[in-house]
Amino acid sequence: MINITVNGQHHDVDADPNMPLLWVIRDIIGLTGTKYGCGAAQCGACTVHLNGEAVRSCVTKINRAAGQNIVTIEGLSINNNHPLQLAWNEMNVPQCGYCQSGQLMSAAVLLRENLNPTDQDIDDAMSGNICRCGTYQRIRAAIHKAADIQREGAKI
Amino acid sequence: MKKIIVITGILFIASLVMLSFRAEPVTPANYPALPRDSVGSVKAFMSVYKVLMSSRCMNCHPSGESPLQGDDNHIHTMNVKRGVDGKGLYAARCSNCHQAENTAGLHMPPGNPKWGLPPANMRMVFQGRTPRQLALQLLDPKQNGGRTKAQLIDHMAKDDLVGWAWHPGDGRTLPPMSRPAFAAQVRLWIAKGAYAPSIKTK
Repeated sequence: MINITVNGQHHDVDADPNMPLLWVIRDIIGLTGTKYGCGAAQCGACTVHLNGEAVRSCVTKINRAAGQNIVTIEGLSINNNHPLQLAWNEMNVPQCGYCQSGQLMSAAVLLRENLNPTDQDIDDAMSGNICRCGTYQRIRAAIHKAADIQREGAKI
Repeated sequence: MKKIIVITGILFIASLVMLSFRAEPVTPANYPALPRDSVGSVKAFMSVYKVLMSSRCMNCHPSGESPLQGDDNHIHTMNVKRGVDGKGLYAARCSNCHQAENTAGLHMPPGNPKWGLPPANMRMVFQGRTPRQLALQLLDPKQNGGRTKAQLIDHMAKDDLVGWAWHPGDGRTLPPMSRPAFAAQVRLWIAKGAYAPSIKTK
């Protein structure tokens, strides 16, 4: 049994230690918001937080996550009210939506570490998340918007 | 009279040799000391240089702020950046994709527990360095991570991340000589005087 914590809930998982974390999240725990894209850490669709870092769950073995804290898109906020989620809604960012949970999880790390990211900061943080629909401009705008929302929230 | 001159000469040379050792202690405890030999030392360094400039080594010692990939040394996909600590930036930290070990399969992320570039304050650039520039850089503690010559040998011969170059995972070419042969050339280079190649050496 491998013990992991996903979105604050403890799970004892009976799985091969080499099983990708993504498989565990989707197929065993049943959280399907995190997507399979390339399986090679090339696209970012499977991004989740492992102890706060935006890891690619398709190449992260469950063994690495044992005893650690994982957050998926389902746990990014309680009421879908993370500043990024609010901004994503307001700016109508997704087109097909497949990559967007990964985009949000990466952007969340950026906003946590940089309260006022520049376009260059956004490029540096987000270039590993690919969008076949090409929503990059809206993603960029929404991250700026989320930073505004976050700062406004901090003032309250 | 001739005997006195010869003996004085021998004593003078012996004292010079001893003084030179005192100026830069070379002891068996650090590394084997051989007679100083600029030709042999430079020859050994040129073997070392070929390894350091091979893709498995140079790709993580780039002249820019992004690591390189492949045998053509192209800039890392996703244009990932060095960051202050050499471990990446924001959501693009090295260990987000690179595990503690190579991920199996062609074109899958290679891995090591220490995966990363040299930090921003000690960039240790290999790319574009001439043999002379790289030799002098490697010998300068201000540019080599504060290492003595003995520590430099130890790093080249034993460091786990350096050793990854000889276990790079599926489909990646190896450096042009084995790790033991490489370590032997490093030792020779330094033991024979740690000479830097001339400016003209390419």
